Amino acid sequence: MNREAILKKFEPNLSNILYIMHDLQDNNPERYLAKEDIEACGDYLNVPYSYVHSVASFYTMFSLKPRGRNIIRLCESPPCHLMGADSLIDYLKGSLKVDIGGTTKDGMFTLELTSCLGVCGVAPAMMLNEEMFGNLTPEKVDSILDKRRKEI
Amino acid sequence: MIKATINNVEIEALEGTSILWAAKKAGFTIPTLCNHPDLKPGGQCGICVVEIEGIPGLKRACMTPVGEGFKVKTHTPRIMATRRQLVELILSNHDTDCLTCVKNNNCELQQLASIVGINVHDYSRSGERLPIDRSSVSIVRDPNKCILCGRCIQVCSNVQTVDALAVNHRGFDTVITTAFDAGLGNSVCINCGQCVVHCPVGALYEKSATEEVWEALHDPDKFVVVQEAPAVRVMLGEEFGMPTGSLVSGKMHAALRRLGFDAVLETNFTADLTIMEEGTELIDRLTSGRNLPLITSCSPGWIKFMETYFHDMIPHMSTAKSPQQMFGALAKTYYAEVKGIDPGKIVSVSIMPCTAKKFECQRPEMNASGYRDVDYVLTTREIGRMMREAGLDVKEMPDEPPDDILGDYTGAATIFGATGGVMEAAVRSAYRLVTGKELENVEIKPVRGLQGIKEAEIDIDGTRVKVAVAHSCGQARKLLNKVQDQITKEGKSEYQFIEVMACPGGCVGGGGQSWGSNMAKRARRGESLYEEDRSLPLRRSHENPSVLALYEKFLEKPNSEKAHKLLHTHYYKRSTVDGKIKPAS
Repeated sequence: MNREAILKKFEPNLSNILYIMHDLQDNNPERYLAKEDIEACGDYLNVPYSYVHSVASFYTMFSLKPRGRNIIRLCESPPCHLMGADSLIDYLKGSLKVDIGGTTKDGMFTLELTSCLGVCGVAPAMMLNEEMFGNLTPEKVDSILDKRRKEI
Repeated sequence: MIKATINNVEIEALEGTSILWAAKKAGFTIPTLCNHPDLKPGGQCGICVVEIEGIPGLKRACMTPVGEGFKVKTHTPRIMATRRQLVELILSNHDTDCLTCVKNNNCELQQLASIVGINVHDYSRSGERLPIDRSSVSIVRDPNKCILCGRCIQVCSNVQTVDALAVNHRGFDTVITTAFDAGLGNSVCINCGQCVVHCPVGALYEKSATEEVWEALHDPDKFVVVQEAPAVRVMLGEEFGMPTGSLVSGKMHAALRRLGFDAVLETNFTADLTIMEEGTELIDRLTSGRNLPLITSCSPGWIKFMETYFHDMIPHMSTAKSPQQMFGALAKTYYAEVKGIDPGKIVSVSIMPCTAKKFECQRPEMNASGYRDVDYVLTTREIGRMMREAGLDVKEMPDEPPDDILGDYTGAATIFGATGGVMEAAVRSAYRLVTGKELENVEIKPVRGLQGIKEAEIDIDGTRVKVAVAHSCGQARKLLNKVQDQITKEGKSEYQFIEVMACPGGCVGGGGQSWGSNMAKRARRGESLYEEDRSLPLRRSHENPSVLALYEKFLEKPNSEKAHKLLHTHYYKRSTVDGKIKPAS
């Protein structure tokens, strides 16, 4: 969907800024808010670009840098930490050959950390895009990511 | 009236008065960092906390109005410990290289640390160092010194409606930056420098040209000429501890001469010249009825603002250059010719109350003389530093006149530095140009003062001219929106002539003024300019003998072909993304 079509789905009220930015980000093939996205949002809502940029930079759910096609968000809150999230972070960094915030060379995955996902009962947990996975082990993570690779 | 006690002193205050101000009136100055008399309190720093009996926790005095029967304490042991800890935490994330900081001795954080009694560093410097933003030709921004008080954003967004700066990221990573983190030089920043004069610390300051000017002064092959803006003569004294608004025209000339300038000339001279050119333009427009209202063009911050947000109004803009640039164009042509100096050897320096002038002088079209018309712009603060470095104290200087042939000025020129001054000066001369008679009472009081938008109706021998004056870009935006609306709906505006100055108060409130300013100080400086006007024998620009000689010997007449080439300019559309010139479509 092009930017104009996305914007037209919303009333040009400032209260819609987060919805608009989410939609713009989701529709960007590199899963981030490009300069053009911020400009389009500012123009549509008639607010300064500095303001839109400020909002986008405040929320961790928005990225101002290009990302991979799939976003991994590994929970780093205390319950997940106690259940081994730390070693999962190391495992993912090694197997994907990226740092936190980095994107794999093939552009398939970006590795991010997140605060509590609210599923502490199945810690350690992560999200892959919009989907939640719990009771993670290195083997389980591998199979989730492999499955995702094959789907594309 | 509300009755309360502050530290057991009984007080009465109007409803809505903050505890901060009520305490000040009662003789207790509560320390604060983010509060500024001209801005709305934001409560960011938390230094001004006080205790109120019966209310749990500490309250911020700037944000809390005095309530009936309040018993306020302003410096209990708990409060003092809290303040000290807050300042220590701010310092833990602040470059404390005070000795080499541009704000040394003028820093509000430095003063605060001393007031609350910080004598040890309990926290080591934390956080990574961030790059200094040097992308602007006018303003440097050092995020390592920023304390996130938000004054710069408040003045940029609310007063100026430029919105160049905003808070970005969060928590420990919070920074104040421009859209896309592109830097001030690649943003909508208009270089007005209001952020600079509102910053309590050394996070924002002018891009200095003092080294380059020293080099020129010490180069025997160069002929260094200097011009001083109207507002500088009521600011420079403050740099040397004189009372706010002290008028030091003669002392300023003397100090500049002793600093080593080869010729001490006057921006006021070209202010008179601006009136001749702009006044003639006004008469032409009034006669033809085209492109009214005419809008003044002296303020380079306003020019960039207009080019960015109101470029539809370009046909309404006066094409007359600002006095600084008129001076620059004449120094390397007329002056060089009369004095027999190779214009290639002239270094043209201007002393300005302004940071946007640094941007203006490097605009590529400002080369009418065949050279760069103005080489270096120094703010009042920078020339103050240079004078101190040379052991010169303006207080101790004798009164000396400027040099000829670009030095004479009238009272009309000197009031350019206050909001409404250009308008008043223009009317004084337009009256003569239209009627052939002199305006008897030259003082046009309705356009003076610090109200937001000022209006007046002037009777020029039967022709009624409605004028408006706006200072600060926020007010200019309001006025221009109204004008555009009138033009769209009724085909014409009610105004024929509009003066806009980018800074609140006009040039006396410019981004190049002495540190620690506020609106009251701006008003004092403006009054001093009107005092100088009253004291001068000539008060109408068209009476300036050197301006008349310039037309006779060199330019022929106002708006002549030669005058157009040297003294007039044109404007561009600019992008609201990066402030750069948009290619013509």
